[in-house]
Amino acid sequence: MIIDINFIGLIIASIMASAVPLILASCGELITERSGVLNLGVEGMMIIGAISGFALMTVTGSLIIAVFGAMLAGVLISTIFAFLTQTLITNHVATGLALTIFGIGISAMIGKNFVGIPGKEFPVLFESLKDTIPLLGPILFGHSIVFYFAFALPFITSYFLKKTKIGLIVRAVGDSPESASNQGINVRLVRYACILYGGSMSGLAGAYLSMIYTPQWIENMTGGRGWIALALVVFSTWNPIKILIGAMIFGGLTIIQFHMQAIGVRIPVQFLTALPYIVTIVVLVVISRDSRKIRLSTPSSLGKSFHKDN
Amino acid sequence: MIKIVKRDQPSRAIFFLTPILAIFLTLVAGGLIFYILGFKPFEALKFFFIVPIADKYGFSELLLKATPLCLIAIGLSFCFKSNNWNIGAEGQLTFGAIVSGGVALLFYEQEGFYILPIVILAGAIGGMLYASIPAILKTYFNTNEILVSLMLVYVSKLILDYLVVGPWSNPEGFNFPETRQFSDSARLPLLFEGLRIHAGIFLALASVVISWFVFYKTYLGFQMKVSGFSLKTAKYAGYKGKKMIILVFLISGACAGLAGVGEITGPIGQLHREVSPDYGFTAIIVAFLGRLHPVGIIFASLVVAITYLGAETAQIFMQIPKYTGQVFQGMILFFLLASDYLLFFKFKFIGSKK
Repeated sequence: MIIDINFIGLIIASIMASAVPLILASCGELITERSGVLNLGVEGMMIIGAISGFALMTVTGSLIIAVFGAMLAGVLISTIFAFLTQTLITNHVATGLALTIFGIGISAMIGKNFVGIPGKEFPVLFESLKDTIPLLGPILFGHSIVFYFAFALPFITSYFLKKTKIGLIVRAVGDSPESASNQGINVRLVRYACILYGGSMSGLAGAYLSMIYTPQWIENMTGGRGWIALALVVFSTWNPIKILIGAMIFGGLTIIQFHMQAIGVRIPVQFLTALPYIVTIVVLVVISRDSRKIRLSTPSSLGKSFHKDN
Repeated sequence: MIKIVKRDQPSRAIFFLTPILAIFLTLVAGGLIFYILGFKPFEALKFFFIVPIADKYGFSELLLKATPLCLIAIGLSFCFKSNNWNIGAEGQLTFGAIVSGGVALLFYEQEGFYILPIVILAGAIGGMLYASIPAILKTYFNTNEILVSLMLVYVSKLILDYLVVGPWSNPEGFNFPETRQFSDSARLPLLFEGLRIHAGIFLALASVVISWFVFYKTYLGFQMKVSGFSLKTAKYAGYKGKKMIILVFLISGACAGLAGVGEITGPIGQLHREVSPDYGFTAIIVAFLGRLHPVGIIFASLVVAITYLGAETAQIFMQIPKYTGQVFQGMILFFLLASDYLLFFKFKFIGSKK
């Protein structure tokens, strides 16, 4: 059997495409968590982004408005979380859960009128270069701008955290809010900003799903990707570059599962669909077993409220 | 001028009053959402919260929905009180339903008083087995229980899907994704002729009594409370943390499993794809709204059960999308958490008196 080398390229490209929403949401959540805030509402923010992007695209016809609108929707919904956890000092876990339940409900409510409407074609870049290089052509070229942004994001995030002053401030706030506060840093403001940024990235991840990856609105279409994104942050031990690796593994699982079904592997489809979730658990166990390593890399104040008495 | 002052001590009266405030604020915000969506707010709220429970049948349906919510929330309160974030009750419910459903199918077309107790026990064990996974991974492998318990929800639903489509599907069922009907001996008895409310409600009430006893009268309850306040203190006091973590997960899993049994041997009578309309997730809200207190949870389960019925009624009579129920559930939790602020802080009016 001769396997077309471009076919392998296409499979790798499809794995990368399914990794995009995970990378976006995880990198956003990573910044939020680095500032000491655990936002379990990723799934809710993502699905809000998905319906907002799709609805705005259908109503306005503009892809730019839709993409930025989805990010704005993510910001708005995460503002609720920020206000509750930072201003009203609520429990991070419970508030994040409420955000997810609320987000799924609201998205289905808005989305009722958009079920069954076909999506629009999203423009891709460098389409003509696709056939110029064997194998690498389909991997490198012919993708949407969001795709390229997602693969640059872990590097940008890493640079931001390590090399910029604001990145240093974010890390300081997450590792020791008391000392940061004593240095005159407004802890609450930094955390607000990081939560809203996380919201915008989750919103973008959702918009990618409903506008580019499967260009249509399906209820609950995020299907647990928000939770896998949260697991990826733990997997990465809060290192953005490792998110890239993790997201590719999960993207790979999703794609391989499709291909195994296509070539007629005699495993029940439900077991293949369950694979990403089971692998997430196994990976979490392997990573977390080394409790010392986890303790060293986890932002010290993660999930703990900070309140400065006046 | 208004100044915000920290209370010396959280207010106990406000602790039990804020849930009522949260429900009130949810109604106001809900009315506002209905208005934005173009419905008459008062009429919509009436269809949502009053019409569904206005007659005998409606009240029976309310208890039918409140039963699993109460049972699961009681179980979850064991976990939440001791700082264990089990959010996968939906999976434990589903797995409990799978195990007890499998046992019930073994007794297909058989009669006997012993069948139902075995089926119920199987459900509790199923739920416990499934809850033991995040518990063991948390205690021995330091793995985050939130993510593990949640991932297992997806897995349990896929296992159920596989079983009802494949090996367990009804051989005379024209390939519908469902099993055979259970025999009458495997069904929970109905309490009243013509109403769907079944004996499962006694399981929920029993769980309320038992949990009250454990929380307030036993050493385990005290340990849980201390661990909930401060894990460091618990360690200092020499509590066996690991044992307690596994125990609270098992209790919580058993309750969720029993809720699963109640659904399939009560109103459903067989296994199919959707054994639960997300009762396991909604029960998290019930547990918080009830302040993790057994009596509070009874009231909270009734309030939250209305959102299920209201969503159905509002959809039929006003074409309001049924997901409004979930929106209400999310809002209740938001407002409840927000009003907790009043527990720790109070507003002081300055300036009027000098």
